[in-house]
Amino acid sequence: MQKEYTPVKEDFRLLPSRDLYTDTNFASQSYWKGVMIHFFRNRRAVIGLVIILLIILFAIIGPSLSSFGYRDIVQYRNADNKRVVAKGIAPQIPALHKLFTGEELEGNFAEYTFLFGTDDMGRDLWTRTWYGARVSLLIAFVTIFIDMIIGMSYGLISGYFGGKTDMIMQRFVEIANSVPRLVIVSVLAIFMPKGMGLVIVALLLTEWIGMSKIARAEMLKTKEQEYVLASRTLGARNSHIIFREILPNTIGPIITQMMFSIPTAIFTEAFLSFVGVGIALPQCSVGTLIEDGFNNITTLPYQILPPIIVLALLMLGFNFIGDGLREALAPKLEDM
Amino acid sequence: MLKYTLKRVGMALVTLLIITFLLFVLVRIMPGNPFPSERMSAEQIANKRAEMGLDDPILIQFWRYMVNVLHGDFGKGTSLYYGAPISTVLSTAISNSFRIGGLAILIGTLFGLLLGITAALHKGKFLDGFCTVVSILGVCVPSYVFLIFLQYFFSFKIPFFPYFFDESRFLFSSVIPSVSLSLFTMSTIARFTRNEMVEVFDSDYVRLAESKGLYGGQLVRRHVLRNALIPIVTVLAPLIVDLLTGALVVEKIYGINGIGKLMVDAIAGEGIDYNYVLALGILYSALYIGIMLVVDLLYGVLDPRIRISVQRGRRA
Amino acid sequence: MSETPRTILDIRNLDISFKTNAGVVHAIRGVNLDLRKGETVAIVGESGSGKSVTMKAAMGLLDSNATVNSGEILYTYTDTDGTEKTVDLLKLSKKELRGTINGQRIAMVFQDPMTSLDPTMTIGKQIMESMFLHKHMEKEAARKRALELLNLVGIPEAEKRFKNYPHQLSGGMRQRVVIAIALSADPDILICDEPTTALDVTIQARILEMIMDIQEKMKLSVIYITHDLGVVAKVADYVNVMYAGKIVEVGNVNEIFYEPAHPYTWGLLSAMPDLDTDDDRLYSIPGSPPNLLHEPPGDAFAARNQFALVIDEKAAPPMFKISETHSAATWLLHPDAPKIEKPPELEARLERARKEVERYL
Repeated sequence: MQKEYTPVKEDFRLLPSRDLYTDTNFASQSYWKGVMIHFFRNRRAVIGLVIILLIILFAIIGPSLSSFGYRDIVQYRNADNKRVVAKGIAPQIPALHKLFTGEELEGNFAEYTFLFGTDDMGRDLWTRTWYGARVSLLIAFVTIFIDMIIGMSYGLISGYFGGKTDMIMQRFVEIANSVPRLVIVSVLAIFMPKGMGLVIVALLLTEWIGMSKIARAEMLKTKEQEYVLASRTLGARNSHIIFREILPNTIGPIITQMMFSIPTAIFTEAFLSFVGVGIALPQCSVGTLIEDGFNNITTLPYQILPPIIVLALLMLGFNFIGDGLREALAPKLEDM
Repeated sequence: MLKYTLKRVGMALVTLLIITFLLFVLVRIMPGNPFPSERMSAEQIANKRAEMGLDDPILIQFWRYMVNVLHGDFGKGTSLYYGAPISTVLSTAISNSFRIGGLAILIGTLFGLLLGITAALHKGKFLDGFCTVVSILGVCVPSYVFLIFLQYFFSFKIPFFPYFFDESRFLFSSVIPSVSLSLFTMSTIARFTRNEMVEVFDSDYVRLAESKGLYGGQLVRRHVLRNALIPIVTVLAPLIVDLLTGALVVEKIYGINGIGKLMVDAIAGEGIDYNYVLALGILYSALYIGIMLVVDLLYGVLDPRIRISVQRGRRA
Repeated sequence: MSETPRTILDIRNLDISFKTNAGVVHAIRGVNLDLRKGETVAIVGESGSGKSVTMKAAMGLLDSNATVNSGEILYTYTDTDGTEKTVDLLKLSKKELRGTINGQRIAMVFQDPMTSLDPTMTIGKQIMESMFLHKHMEKEAARKRALELLNLVGIPEAEKRFKNYPHQLSGGMRQRVVIAIALSADPDILICDEPTTALDVTIQARILEMIMDIQEKMKLSVIYITHDLGVVAKVADYVNVMYAGKIVEVGNVNEIFYEPAHPYTWGLLSAMPDLDTDDDRLYSIPGSPPNLLHEPPGDAFAARNQFALVIDEKAAPPMFKISETHSAATWLLHPDAPKIEKPPELEARLERARKEVERYL
């Protein structure tokens, strides 16, 4: 609503000639910049990102922050030359204890700081937890990355060539998809020793399918667009068209899929290790730590907490990021 | 419609056959002693092998096996259960897993729908955020973690529910495992339902219905629900499969003799019980393919766009 | 005409804002519009001018992030007991609006027929829905009426189509169904939001003629929302030209097409070539509509107006009356304003058009 304005005589002159043709409304913005802005406006997505970055940070530097190795049993020999092991010590921070109660901590290992406590064998849980996180994350990232390459290539090629090639390739995917993960794992168990290798191979064999489906769907969407036609007319080779022109435009949904596959991988490793098919104790991974904690839950209930919380946070974090990415990449008509 | 159905069923059977054959071959080509629980000399082993027909060409072996399977005979376990017939062990296991899994599906779907619809109807308000957070937690917290917590609080600290599965009090001891298994289903369905409903609410045809004078409960019942819920069957399929094949970890922790536990026992022990792996592998694949098929056909029945165009011979 | 028909829809000072991620968009900035019984009124403007929003406000179909800041939409009708009532549609509760107005008194035809129909419900059911809702008709009676409507909108094999699902019909047929649905509860007012934009050109004319025909038969008053001046020329009695959330010119169809007064209307008309246009370049209004996130002071059209005055950047012009039916909101009509001639190409075209009319009368 505007105030009443009483016009004066000079107002009724024509405005001097201006440039009417420059459009000041639409500032152009690169596609990815727009996506980034949308992503960072999403509170949950940012929280997820922060969580994951923090966990990765601790996975890298965590173990070095303590003076123990992940296999080291904290012990010493006392005056009678007997071994005293730091078994089952609940989380303790002497400095804080002194601060709140004014007294020194008692016990054999009173001067040590065990942020997460020690387990039933006397090992520092802080070190083990972050070492385990490291292992789980490494497995997840490596396998998903390889799966992305395999799955994406498969899907892009299948979608690009269409026709007979596509039909055969998709038939194969259908069959591969119909075998439950567990069956694949058990068949692998026949041929492979249990352990990290088994987990990795199992993941490789199952996760690529999801990627390939997305890649193919994206390919089918963009195949008919004009820039592809233009490329072809100029005589570009098929591989060039697929990987240099179409791929960059389809990478968005693929990255989103990765964000959802990683927690699946971590979870799969955790549960395979838990049931005894994957990594075994005393090796550390999130799964083995949960198993360990579970075995001691009645006596040392705190032991299971760190790995479970890390697992939950990892899954939460990646899910938030995945959701945020998916939303940020979706075509929007508003924001004009 | 009939033609389409037959075609899909045919394809499913063929896929199953291929997978079964592959599994069979993989299991049979393992060299070494197929009878680890008995001690025999090399000569005795060779004799026994010939006797059991293990040296015959693979296709004949496969044929024999399939004939047996169609009669319900999966052979005997080599190391588990002291060589009892697999089919007996399997039937108890299936009954257990299916019942608990079935309960989990029921609970999960019911509450999932409730949560999702509530969240969508109160979009943007507190209830929506609350339901969303709950569902995200359900997706990220593995079912066995949840189980452990439930066990700790409701069996250990407060000795109300049994700590391990007790066959004699089936329903009572099913509560904890079913509830912990239902969490993932509930959360997945809740999120999916909410998103679908929100999308439908924004659609043009709901706008038209409103312009006709529809609103509130009537609008939701007549136009929103049907359109939003039809896609749910596609989400439901893998969830059902997961639950019926018996979440291994839950079964292991809780001591349920289900097919999940069987599978774990078959591979995690010292030797691998090949016959069980084969039988379970076929069962799992059959379940998976079967349920996907049913869902596929169900979707065709529910969504008129597919139902009608298929009738005309055109693929949707 | 012996007497002026009474006004049945009167929009006064409508002012609406939208809350978006980027800020508050002041989309409707004081709109005045009226519709009289039996007439056809067109609202013309570019995308984003606010034409749809104005009528959606009357139907209570605004998005949840919209706030009506001020204004009233007065609807006058004859109630079931024979008395004449006037209500402010903006003041009604959702329940009242949906229950008594939507569908049975004011109905809307939407733009995209491909997405306007519920894909999981048969055509017949969707047409009958209004009848059950508002008129509480019996199933048999409703079915009979629905078939009549299908015939009325020109759908062949009505019996068969009754049981069809939307995806089994073509775009043109679906739009006819949408129109049938709008008519099903006997409304007084029909609001058509770009009813032919999504259709083939060959079908557009037929649909428009059908609506005009039905309008006469059922004594409807119609509001067309469109950006297509061809549609306006064909159907409208009165035209409202809308720009950036305001009505900038209003008049009967002859006044708008032969004696346009607002530079924006000049621009719109110039951008419509006819066969005798011998310009080498096709004229189009420079620039683009303003972003109403940052409302420009003064006249919103000033930035694109080659005839803008100094005052256009300071204050928005009020409506200046040109005749009983014709007004325009431009400072050029102020007594102190310089006399501006229309652009020569436009003047030439208008001359040609006037000569054509004379020849046929």
